[in-house]
Amino acid sequence: MNGSHTERTIDAICRMESAKLIAGLIRMVRDVGLAEDLVQDALVIALERWPESGIPENPGAWLMTTAKRRAIDNIRRTKLRDQKYVEIAHSMDLFTEEDIDQVLDGEIGDDLLRLIFMTCHPVLSQDARVALTLRLLCGLTTDEIARSFLVAESTIAQRIVRAKKTLKTEKVPFEMPDGEELKDRLSTVLEVIYLMFNEGYSATSGNQWIRPLLCQEALRLGRILAEITPLESEVHGLVALMEIQSSRLKTRVDSKGEPVLLMDQNRAQWDQLLIRRGLAALDRSRKLGRPLGPYSLQAAISACHAQAPTAVETDWPRIAALYEALSRVAPSPIVELNRAVAISMAFGPSFGLQIIDNLNAEPSLKDYHLLPSVRGDLLVKLGRYAEARTEFERAASMTRNERERALLLNRAADCMSRTSDKYF
Amino acid sequence: MRFMLIVKSTVYSEAGVYHSREYNNATITYKQFLVKAGALLAAEVLQPSSSGIRITYPPHRGEPRVQVGPFSADKTLIAEFTLIDVRTDDEELNWALRMPVPAGLGEFEIEIRRLEENSDSLREPRIQALESDLQDQLYMFKKNTKSSTSFNLNNRGV
Repeated sequence: MNGSHTERTIDAICRMESAKLIAGLIRMVRDVGLAEDLVQDALVIALERWPESGIPENPGAWLMTTAKRRAIDNIRRTKLRDQKYVEIAHSMDLFTEEDIDQVLDGEIGDDLLRLIFMTCHPVLSQDARVALTLRLLCGLTTDEIARSFLVAESTIAQRIVRAKKTLKTEKVPFEMPDGEELKDRLSTVLEVIYLMFNEGYSATSGNQWIRPLLCQEALRLGRILAEITPLESEVHGLVALMEIQSSRLKTRVDSKGEPVLLMDQNRAQWDQLLIRRGLAALDRSRKLGRPLGPYSLQAAISACHAQAPTAVETDWPRIAALYEALSRVAPSPIVELNRAVAISMAFGPSFGLQIIDNLNAEPSLKDYHLLPSVRGDLLVKLGRYAEARTEFERAASMTRNERERALLLNRAADCMSRTSDKYF
Repeated sequence: MRFMLIVKSTVYSEAGVYHSREYNNATITYKQFLVKAGALLAAEVLQPSSSGIRITYPPHRGEPRVQVGPFSADKTLIAEFTLIDVRTDDEELNWALRMPVPAGLGEFEIEIRRLEENSDSLREPRIQALESDLQDQLYMFKKNTKSSTSFNLNNRGV
């Protein structure tokens, strides 16, 4: 029992340390694949030795020393006596325990940041960025990544191999982007983190524990990023959004595994600690960013729900205003639809309907199935059943999802029976 | 599931030889069947490669090379394609096997390729999150019976 406990501890340490180790080693060997192998070796050695010798006081430093020794051995063994070898040999006397501590405490933040900029590099596809980030920064196994995205393990393994190859052939540098480039690159990093979080948060299918794992890892990465880039408003905004959304994780699914919508969730079970952390992060973002960026605005909307003691007490005028701000910085029809519903809640459906009708005038949205279905809902509330029926039927003809189609046709039929009520 | 049924070029198609009336009629009937089954997305015939242009990029960046057709009629050239949308896995093979074949024009090859479907992970996370917010909000809106009276909408007296 004791053995398995140590194993679990070692496992946890490995997961926590592997990103830092990989980041530190890439700086030394300039190769993602090699750095990963060296860290793997060091972890295997730890797994062999620690159960007997006990876990060292500073496991991170121990692993780093071991991995760096392996790196030097490796370079010697492969007789790579080029400039690189000289460089490393030169810096060898650097690796005293104290220096390593220093590296771990100080510069390591920068190394991690360089690493995440590398794994989220624009030369990689979105899928590759996510897979590589989860592998290298979160220390997830290919099997775990595969299970969380419901794809075959071989697909993920291949994706990661290809991504590493691309980084190599494209000679992607292990460095911080600066100036104008930093802004663009940071937004790519945030999107990868948000995508990871959302994948874990929104999907209802899949393994029971692997989904929250994605959320946790995304949140952890976000917190680290906020720690090392404290002046970026949107980083705090994203962290705030993820903290607040995470506070509802436990209440989003019932005991049968069915999703529970916000209104029916047991608010008493929302995690207050996460909400407080989220509100604090949102506060930091507000102090830095004017006007607020999209992540901060989404966090602010989420905060409105988190702060309402009951669903009826939700501050809808505020939510409507926040959606309006969001539609300015990140315009999209789905933002407008949310705004229309928030306005209907705040001031009545006839006001929401005006927004939808403005959208309806947009020819590019003629195939957007959510438009008629939301319009239908507003019309029902206004008692305009005949028009609502037409909208639901239109929405039904647009969706390719059978279940959704059946639901919409049901609603249309419902409206029809109400229209005939009127005449008799 | 969407599939592309690709008809490969032959020396005849490359030479611009017209198909027989029988074959054309068979093709029309075939497409009608596809339409009735709700499977047809697109079906097009390409001009011979003599009207084609090829752009090649060297492996490590650099200027593109632009070539004009005709290109050699090996198995890489496409003469026609039919894009179909089917529900089950064997269906596309059945459809491909029912495709009419022109008589007396040498070997005829059809290739079936599945289209890459957009996986969930490729969706933009913000849109996905906002769609789920909309679901939450709409549900609250529909359940919100109190407000509809306070908005003076209930004076229909039903």
